[in-house]
Amino acid sequence: MRRLKWLVPTLYVVFLMLPIYWLLNMSFKTTNEILGGFSLWPTEFTLDNYRKIFTDSTWYTGYLNSLTYVVINTVISVTAALPAAYAFSRYRFLGDKHLFFWLLTNRMAPPAVFALPFFQLYSAIGLFDTHIAVALAHCLFNIPLAVWILEGFMSSVPKELDETAYVDGYSFPKFFVKIFLPTITAGVGVAAFFCFMFSWVELLLAKTLTSVDAKPIAATMTRTASTSGYELGLLAAAGTLTIVPGAFVIYFVRNYIAKGFALGRV
Amino acid sequence: MTARTTNQKAWWLVAPVVVLVAFNALVPMMTVVNYSFQETFGDNVFFWEGFKWYEELLRSERFHDALVRQLAFTATILAIEVPLGVAIALAMPRRGPWVSVCLVLMALPLLIPWNVVGAMWNIFALPDIGLLGRLINGLGVDYNFTQDPTSAWVTTVVMDVWHWTSLVVLLAYAGLCSIPDAYYQAAKIDGASAWSVFRHIQLPKMKRVLTIAILLRFMDSFMIYTEPFVLTGGGPGNTTTFLSIDLVKVALGQFDLGPAAAMSLVYFMIVLLLSWVFYTVMMRNEGT
Repeated sequence: MRRLKWLVPTLYVVFLMLPIYWLLNMSFKTTNEILGGFSLWPTEFTLDNYRKIFTDSTWYTGYLNSLTYVVINTVISVTAALPAAYAFSRYRFLGDKHLFFWLLTNRMAPPAVFALPFFQLYSAIGLFDTHIAVALAHCLFNIPLAVWILEGFMSSVPKELDETAYVDGYSFPKFFVKIFLPTITAGVGVAAFFCFMFSWVELLLAKTLTSVDAKPIAATMTRTASTSGYELGLLAAAGTLTIVPGAFVIYFVRNYIAKGFALGRV
Repeated sequence: MTARTTNQKAWWLVAPVVVLVAFNALVPMMTVVNYSFQETFGDNVFFWEGFKWYEELLRSERFHDALVRQLAFTATILAIEVPLGVAIALAMPRRGPWVSVCLVLMALPLLIPWNVVGAMWNIFALPDIGLLGRLINGLGVDYNFTQDPTSAWVTTVVMDVWHWTSLVVLLAYAGLCSIPDAYYQAAKIDGASAWSVFRHIQLPKMKRVLTIAILLRFMDSFMIYTEPFVLTGGGPGNTTTFLSIDLVKVALGQFDLGPAAAMSLVYFMIVLLLSWVFYTVMMRNEGT
C-alpha cells in the first residue's frame, strides 16, 4: 500500500491537466475543425489563433492592461499591509481586535454586492476605465488577506529581534527595512503570490470598472464570444495565454511557497 | 502573539490600510444601504420605502430557492474538497525533486482567470466536441449539461473541485511540513498505526491551516459568480443560479436598485454570520 502512495497525487495531477490539455488542443485547431468533428489532437495543426492575438492590438493590449493593474495592486497591497501587519503582531492599541476583524469582513464581501456602487464611486471621482481604479478596487479583498498572511509570519519572528535592534540604536524605519524585512521574505513572497493570484483571476469588478482603455483580457474574451459569433479556436488560444503569467509566477515563488507555508502560520 | 506592548502610536502603522479599505468599503456600503430603503424611477429621483424591499425579499420564493441552492452547493464542495485535499496532501512526497513538480502543477488551476475556467470546462464538457462529454456519453450515460439539470449541477461541482481542491492541498501540505521528524520517530517507536499518527499528530498540527482553508473555501464558494455564469449561465432554468448570479440579474439586468440593494445586505449578513459561526466552532478547542 505504501508503494502505491504516489498514485494519489499522480491521478490528481492528471485530472487537473485534462481540461487544460483540451484547451491547448482546441487552440491549435481551426474553428471549422473544432465544429466539424471530434479528435484527440489537432489534425490540421495551425498557429493562426495565436498569430491573430499577437498582431491584433485589441487582443494583446488586454493582456497588458490586466498585467498592469495586477502589478499595481500587488505593490499597493503588500506595501500597505506590511506596517499594518507589524502593528497587529507587535502592539496592543485601542480597537485593534475590532479593526482586525473589520478588515477580514471585507474579504467576505461578495464582489457582486459592490459592482454597482463601485461603478458609481469610481465614475464620480473620474477614475473610471483606468488601471489604478481596478488596482484600488481589488485592494478591498487583497489588503485584508495580505495583512492576515503577513501577521502570521511576523508573529513567528521572536520579539527579541526587535528589542536588540532598538538597543543597538536602529530607528524604526531602518530596523524594519534592513533587519525585519529580510527575515520574513518568505512571508512577503506568499502574500504577493496571493495578491497577484486573486487580482489576476477576478473579473466581475475589473469588467465593471473598465470600458476601453483599461479593459482586461478576460473581458475582451467574453465580449468577443458574444459579438463575433463563436470563434472557439481563438477563445481557446486566448485562454491558454492567460495561464502563462500564472505559471511563471508559480515557478518563481515555488520555493518560497513550500518554505513559506512551512514557516508561517498560514 | 506573546506579550504585545500597548502603544497607541501603532495606529499610524495601520492608517494606510484603514484609509484604502475604508474608501473601498464604506462609501459603496453606504450607497447600498441608501438604495435599500428607497425606490427610484431614474434621473436620481428617490422615494423613501422603509423596510418594504426587505419584507418582500424575505418572503420571496426566488430568494429562498437561490439561498437553498447556494447552501447545497457550498456544503457539497466543502464535503468533497476538504477530505480530498487532506488525503492528497498526506500522499504527497515530503522531499525530493517531485515536491516542486507537484506544487507547481497543482497550483496551476488557482491562477487561471475565473471566466477562462468556466469557458475551459464548457468546451471540455460539451457533449459533441468536449472530451468529458464524449467520454461520459460513450459510457452510455445520458449527459448534457446545457439541458439536463442533474448534469449541469454535477458539472458545476466537479469544476469547482478541479478549480479549488489545490488550495486545500497546498495549505494542508504546509501544515504537514511543519511537523518535526522527531514526532514521527516517536510514533514509530510506540508502534502507532497510520490512523493514530493521523488522528493524534497530523490532524492537530493541521488544524490551524485547515481552519483557514475551510473559511476561505466557504467564503469564496458562497460568492461564486463567474465560473457557473460562463459555464451554464445559471441554467438550465434556474438550477445553477446561485446567490451572486441572481443578485447581478436583479441589479444590472433589471436595474431594480432597491430590491438588489436589500438583497446585497441580507446576502452579506449571511456570509458574515456563517463565517463567524465556522470560526468560533473551529477555534473553540484551540485554547488560545
